[in-house]
Amino acid sequence: MMATTSMPLLTVERLSKSFGAHQVLKSIDMTVAAGDVTCIVGPSGSGKSTLLRCLNYLEVPSSGAVFLEGEPVGLRWKGEKLYRMSFNELSMQRQRMGMVFQGFHLFPHKTALENVIEAPVVVKGVPKAQAIEEAMRLLDKVGLSERAHYYPAQLSGGQQQRVAIARSLAMQPALMLFDEPTSALDPELVGEVLAVMRQLAEEGMTMVVVTHEMAFARDVADHLVFMDGGVIVEAGPPRTVLGNPQHARTRAFLARVQ
Amino acid sequence: MAESPERAAGPLHRHPDIHTVKPVDVFHPSWWIGGAVLVGFAILFIRLLITNENLQWSIVWQYLFSPEILAGLGRTLMLTFLAMIFGMIIGTAVAVMRLSRNPVFRSVSWVWIWFFRGVPPLVQLVFWYNLGLLIPEVSIGIPFGPTLWSASTNQLITPLSAALLGLAFTESAYAAEMIRAGIQAVSAGQTEAAATLGMTQAQTLRRIILPQALRIIIPPIGNDTISMLKFTSLVSVLALPDLLYSAQMIYSRTYQTIPLLIVATIWYLVLSTILTVIEHHIEQRLKGGASLDWQTIARSLFKSRFWGVRRGEALS
Repeated sequence: MMATTSMPLLTVERLSKSFGAHQVLKSIDMTVAAGDVTCIVGPSGSGKSTLLRCLNYLEVPSSGAVFLEGEPVGLRWKGEKLYRMSFNELSMQRQRMGMVFQGFHLFPHKTALENVIEAPVVVKGVPKAQAIEEAMRLLDKVGLSERAHYYPAQLSGGQQQRVAIARSLAMQPALMLFDEPTSALDPELVGEVLAVMRQLAEEGMTMVVVTHEMAFARDVADHLVFMDGGVIVEAGPPRTVLGNPQHARTRAFLARVQ
Repeated sequence: MAESPERAAGPLHRHPDIHTVKPVDVFHPSWWIGGAVLVGFAILFIRLLITNENLQWSIVWQYLFSPEILAGLGRTLMLTFLAMIFGMIIGTAVAVMRLSRNPVFRSVSWVWIWFFRGVPPLVQLVFWYNLGLLIPEVSIGIPFGPTLWSASTNQLITPLSAALLGLAFTESAYAAEMIRAGIQAVSAGQTEAAATLGMTQAQTLRRIILPQALRIIIPPIGNDTISMLKFTSLVSVLALPDLLYSAQMIYSRTYQTIPLLIVATIWYLVLSTILTVIEHHIEQRLKGGASLDWQTIARSLFKSRFWGVRRGEALS
């Protein structure tokens, strides 16, 4: 797989995850090239969120490995021996992978602006004035510069999710992970979040998106992955997977959601 | 007679326009009867306070600001705050142990909480004070090796240190449970969000978890401080001259038992009222609300809604 001229940004090799006796992921292989948008779709319980959470080690894989720019995530070689990283070592790798959650998870005791500057100031040691300037630029980008001093509780779900995207972008990640970013939103608020994500994709951000928004997947994704029962059933360009599904399970799923 | 009132409204039953008349409120005889009985008792009680000569108000006044009482008051306050501070420090450690993944930490902290919540503070105070009978000597050294320092337990355990041990350990068990609940009330999503931003565990605890947990923990801590103020009166069994024991020492000389107990009562009430007001102020600040006026504070001291307008009536 490494024969191509450039190394993929993210590589997943034989990744498996079990919760007790229940195997959620069964030997997943996947690559994400820099600048690509990968959408993961599939019925609920198919393991797509678990896969996403294994990418930044929020879930510890039972076996297999994830590589970010060729380096194993959460693991460290020392000669012949392989060690698990401590939480604080892992935090260095996690800075390079932003994540947006279904439930937003903004810090409720901080304003939108404080949410965005928190990690740059505390983790990277960026001077506060500079962090504020950058944060205002990001809030403007997601269309919320005039809400900078609002607390999360004073914002709608769509606005909270856009702040959460700005908060992740503030760490200048190489890759953005989206875990069903619009599933907790009222239908009329979905569009504003998708618009921000579309804009990010156009700017060349590498994104892995777990979603139920088939229209977004069709229009924005460079690569579509269909998962069911803990395996990747089918993957490829969205036009091919959606237009000419090869597998019966894919056809059954698409018939249900379309 | 079976006709509805509207149609029966002939010349005999001419009502005024219903929209111009204010209905008479429901009469609650039990409110008035119960209220009258209570007012009667209150008057009797006030009369007792004024007319009963055994109360000796002049003596109450004479001792209220006496140096001996004020010194006792100072010791009561010092004990309250030291016991709370030590209790909180130990309690935070026990709470973090309770949340640990290490089963030894979890079991030890469970046993600690179980023990110190289960044993009455009075029993503990006496026990700690008599620790010398159980362990005659305390020494610091290398186990099974040379002793570097040692002292007799009776020298270390003074009434003050016994009191502090008993009160702080009891408080630590309660504080641990409150702090644990506060930390657990902050959703796991907060920790995950901080982790994906690259924050370390210490940064997450300090900047994300504790500020949110604190809002949940502050009100019960305030309550505990007020309870602790009252619990400190137990130390009089160790002959530690706190507020109560100072009063007892005076009346054992002068036999003015009731006036001196009233002196102590007045001071306990004053202190617990002040602590309540401070607690409400901090709570309000944490909520980010406006600063409090005295009416809100007075109302919150007596939170009963019994005499207030009932919700159904207020909405009608």
